[in-house]
Amino acid sequence: MSETLILTRRWPKNDPSIDGYRADGGYRGLEKAIGMAPAAIVDEVKASNLRGRGGAGFPTGLKWTFLPKDVRPRYLCINADESEPGTFKDRYICEYDPHLLLEGISIACFALDIHLAYIYIRGEFAKQARSLEKAIEEARAAGIFGGPKLLGKADFDLQIHVVRGAGAYICGEESALMESVEGKKGYPRFKPPFPAIVGLWGKPTIINNVETLANVPWIVEHGAKAFADLGAGKTGGTRLFGVSGNVKRPGVYEKPAGYNLKKLIMEDCGGTASGRPVKAVIPGGSSSPVLRGDEIDVSLEPDAIKAAGTMSGSGGVIVMDDSVCMVRALARIAMFYAEESCGQFTPCRQGTPWMWKILEKIERGEGTLKDLALIEQLPGNIMGQTICALGDAAAMPVQSFVKKFRNEFVEHIEGKGCKHGETGWGVSRGSREALVGGNRHAVR
Amino acid sequence: MSHHDESTAERGPQEIADLPKEKVARFDAALPEILKRYPTDHKEAAMLAALRRAQEIFDWLSPAAQKLVANRLGAAVTRAEEVATFYVMYHTRPVGRHVVEVCTNVSCSLAGGYDLFDHLRKSLDVDNGGTTKDGRITLRQVECLGSCGTAPAMLVDEEMHESLTPQSVERILGGLK
Repeated sequence: MSETLILTRRWPKNDPSIDGYRADGGYRGLEKAIGMAPAAIVDEVKASNLRGRGGAGFPTGLKWTFLPKDVRPRYLCINADESEPGTFKDRYICEYDPHLLLEGISIACFALDIHLAYIYIRGEFAKQARSLEKAIEEARAAGIFGGPKLLGKADFDLQIHVVRGAGAYICGEESALMESVEGKKGYPRFKPPFPAIVGLWGKPTIINNVETLANVPWIVEHGAKAFADLGAGKTGGTRLFGVSGNVKRPGVYEKPAGYNLKKLIMEDCGGTASGRPVKAVIPGGSSSPVLRGDEIDVSLEPDAIKAAGTMSGSGGVIVMDDSVCMVRALARIAMFYAEESCGQFTPCRQGTPWMWKILEKIERGEGTLKDLALIEQLPGNIMGQTICALGDAAAMPVQSFVKKFRNEFVEHIEGKGCKHGETGWGVSRGSREALVGGNRHAVR
Repeated sequence: MSHHDESTAERGPQEIADLPKEKVARFDAALPEILKRYPTDHKEAAMLAALRRAQEIFDWLSPAAQKLVANRLGAAVTRAEEVATFYVMYHTRPVGRHVVEVCTNVSCSLAGGYDLFDHLRKSLDVDNGGTTKDGRITLRQVECLGSCGTAPAMLVDEEMHESLTPQSVERILGGLK
């Protein structure tokens, strides 16, 4: 069976300009959509089983129905803040196929009667922001949107703007993202009310991830059933999985939503770069609970992998071979959350640096069994106690690493140090180019 | 703001009037294009973009530059301050002529990102966040840059460099004046 590619078929070398996109059949989904009743488009997306690809996996069509019927204006925010460690997929959509995203945005806005959309892209993605800006200019000049009509036919004024972040992981959280679009620091808001009711500037707002919206043109063109059939369970379509770490062929892979994690790592990525056994896999971005090498024979479909005690989240798969120190890896993850906590809520602001410090102490060989007991207890005091999901995101890796690799933590304490070499980062570092032949595009 | 003693140079210009007139004019000329993206009744939304433009023009966001941005957007100075200090891409201290930011998060460090940062720290003789004595380079360790499949990665003056090797890093840094 030949693989259906929805998102990557034009990567990476095809012409990303509007001419290239149209020559490949681009904007046909929008053409079809403007001939449909808006409510019928929403129904189609609902029936397709499209789920949010930013990490939470919420059904997209259902989210769209939460907009109150008679409040205007409404806004769409596109989450291109891609910052969860291990995640690197949305950037390539923005870079290699920006019109695919713009078409998805146009269809969503038409379906939801939204006339102003902001693509919020992380500040570090300068090249990707330029690519989007250029595509928006092209689309405006071609009369696709930005004037009084969509595609020169349907009376519908739509403005799409790029807004750049300035370096803050928390702005990928949807309410912090809206604060940032409003020109403020990224402090998450209390929920409820949810953004669909009270969002940007207090108005109903839909926030969708880049990959999520990039699927919409295909769904409209080929129908909900074809999309649903590509997936598994309650998740339709294909997904982008970004595999990094110790694998022979790192990169972004488009696979059916129910693809097997072990197959992805061992067959598509060619196993570990070092040839050593897989010791640990982070399956869905750094916040997802870690799996041991013997636990990776699972489906990546969100509900299936949930049964295995973890999540496929943002599709960021990080592979570590048996030369990598688990205390080192976890301490670095803990540092990330300590750095990125916005500081609004005490358990998160105080708890995340505390976990980081304890883990560094254990890694240095200065930890005690009391520290281990503390690091087992702390995550539980953070989870569910904070305003947004960052607290949970910080707690889950700590809980899972300590539980699954407890022996290694005990060895650090009893042996007063780390046996995994000077840095703990394993044997693959530095030899990457030789091993993979200089992987420039990370696109498979 | 920190409490330790700072030199006058580190504190930078304090008032809008202390800023070079020509640069203020450039900032003012850039503002309408930024404001176009937001509803006219939400001028403050342009804060992030305006601060970015100010940083490009004035090299870093001194108290005077922050005041200028706040003034032009009709916002309180504290609003500019809280945004400038919240996001890591804004410099509220003087920086070198070039800013080199190396990712040391998991995927990059598995491919040598930490080794690279450590090597640069030693060869440039600076701490994390420090600037070389000749004012050429400010070195920072940063969080995941979304280049995990092309690790290790770094930003040089906000442009991404990927699949780094010791040789390519030497070449890139060697080209910085």
